[in-house]
Amino acid sequence: MAERAEPAIPTRSSWSLLGVLRRIVAMPLHDPFAFTGLVIYVLFALVALFADQLAPADPLEILFTKTGKLAANVAPGAEFLLGTTNLGRDIYGELVHGTRSALAVGLSAAIIVAIVGTVVGLVAGYFGGTTDAILMRIADMALSLPFLPFVIVLTGFLGASTSNIVLAVALLLWPNSARVIRSQVLTLRERAYVEAARVTGASQWRILFVHIAPNILPLSFVYAAIAIGWAIITEASVSFLGFGDSTSVSWGMMLQDAFSSQALSRGQYAWFVPPGLCIILVVVAGFFISRGYEEVFMPRLRGR
Amino acid sequence: MAALVQLRDVVKHFPVTRSLGELVRGEHPAVRALDGVSFDIGSGDAIAIVGESGCGKTTLGRLMLKLTEPTTGTIAFDGTALAGLAGEGLRGFRRQAQLVFQNPFDALNPRFTIYRAVAEPLLNAGIDKAEHEDRVAAAFRRVHLADLDRYLDKYPHQLSGGQLQRVVLARALVLAPRFLVADEPVSMLDVSVRAGILALMREVRDTMGLTAVYISHDLALVRYLCGRTLVMYLGRIVEDAPTDEIVRRPRHPYTQALVAAVPVPDADQPRVPLPIKGNVPDAREPPSGCSFRDRCPHAMTRCAEVAPPLREVAGGHRVACHLELA
Repeated sequence: MAERAEPAIPTRSSWSLLGVLRRIVAMPLHDPFAFTGLVIYVLFALVALFADQLAPADPLEILFTKTGKLAANVAPGAEFLLGTTNLGRDIYGELVHGTRSALAVGLSAAIIVAIVGTVVGLVAGYFGGTTDAILMRIADMALSLPFLPFVIVLTGFLGASTSNIVLAVALLLWPNSARVIRSQVLTLRERAYVEAARVTGASQWRILFVHIAPNILPLSFVYAAIAIGWAIITEASVSFLGFGDSTSVSWGMMLQDAFSSQALSRGQYAWFVPPGLCIILVVVAGFFISRGYEEVFMPRLRGR
Repeated sequence: MAALVQLRDVVKHFPVTRSLGELVRGEHPAVRALDGVSFDIGSGDAIAIVGESGCGKTTLGRLMLKLTEPTTGTIAFDGTALAGLAGEGLRGFRRQAQLVFQNPFDALNPRFTIYRAVAEPLLNAGIDKAEHEDRVAAAFRRVHLADLDRYLDKYPHQLSGGQLQRVVLARALVLAPRFLVADEPVSMLDVSVRAGILALMREVRDTMGLTAVYISHDLALVRYLCGRTLVMYLGRIVEDAPTDEIVRRPRHPYTQALVAAVPVPDADQPRVPLPIKGNVPDAREPPSGCSFRDRCPHAMTRCAEVAPPLREVAGGHRVACHLELA
């Protein structure tokens, strides 16, 4: 047998899911909005991580002046950067520690929404039939629930803890992503390369997770980023309305305290403007990032 | 020669959404993509399935590969009914029967490199990874994609249509199948690369001893590739004969019209007007009797009453027409 010069093929390890993840990581570098959003997130994440160093005291501790009187409604200054509340708590400390609960609520809700929505969307879209009908009717039911009242009722039944607020938000937000992902799967499963995978003997689950799922992953990220904002707003709303977890510090709880003690009429802007701004910043950052991933997903949206 | 693929009275109906009236009356309207199709494909044969859009030829190809199930009727591959295949039996069938797609731009996963796309069948068939690179290289040599390293790490969008169709063919051949279905393999390609792909398909068929089915609307292409041709009209086979017979002595009026429509590479030759008129009827409500009768220049009263069966009129030549049966 004649010797043939076999062309050397380098070992190929590029896994397409990794390729998608790489693009997801690289995206903010090309999009100024997404970059801004990411910077905001990183700053808040650092604050949350080093909250104990930035504000060492317990934010719920009631402070007294040197003369032994309650340090209530102290104006912002060198001792208390943002002043104190009417109960003598350090507003700066509350703001810093509130970052933790905001990010914890936002990220955990985002992860749950992305995972549940993606899996439900994939399964419903790919298998169709009865599975699809059942999952989509459940989604319809979840979508028809009024948002805030449902969260309030659920936390009323299960207890006003942060994790129950996350649960309520996740229960209400997964149908949005599941529906959009399902519709995308419906078009992808008709593509010739999916049929090609079937003809070459790929299993159903392999087709679903190797050939279809990587194409909808950017969409999952869009919905995760949106869920971050929604969860933080919801937690703040519930806390502001007084149904939140009274043992943990959050921005919504700060707004509720300021509101009920009539901080506005006393002109204590340093009490409610900073937490309000923080909520706006984190939510807007989430939308900026989701906008960036929408463009990754739909290249047609890319501007000039 | 023993038949590799056998179809018996294969019917495929696609249910359509029912109107309220149909729902109340308990009717089940359906598109009759295939309406009783029977034929054998001998081992090593190359047959063509010809017909216009919507005649059911693509559905027929998908049925032979078990990509969809017949409503009634049976399809057997190498003596085994496809309907009962599952698990290991189905995987065994998938290793032996492959498909070449019409649109090479859509047939490859845009996120897979060319190497991964061609190695995918090996992975699915459970072949040891150590063998993959050799077998992919062999498949590439077979489709004359020389200079392997130029292609393997590319993505589909970086290749031309002709190159992509060679990659699609390499993927179909990498498991060394016995049976190949090609659904309009060159209709999406530039005319300049068609001849190359067709010659390649003929070559791999001969060297690998493949049994092949070419689905096409183009009689000129079929003549180059296939010894036998089935002409389909509205879900039925109207004529089945050696390709030379079909082209030289078409017997069914529809085949005659198809042959007359083949362009002649001579601008001075006067074009014969087509003997048929109108369009293909709605496959939900085909005409009674012979489904071709409302377009046929020779239609008789009998044609509206009885559907002509497919009968042998000469050695290896079957026609479904009352003119031939009279």
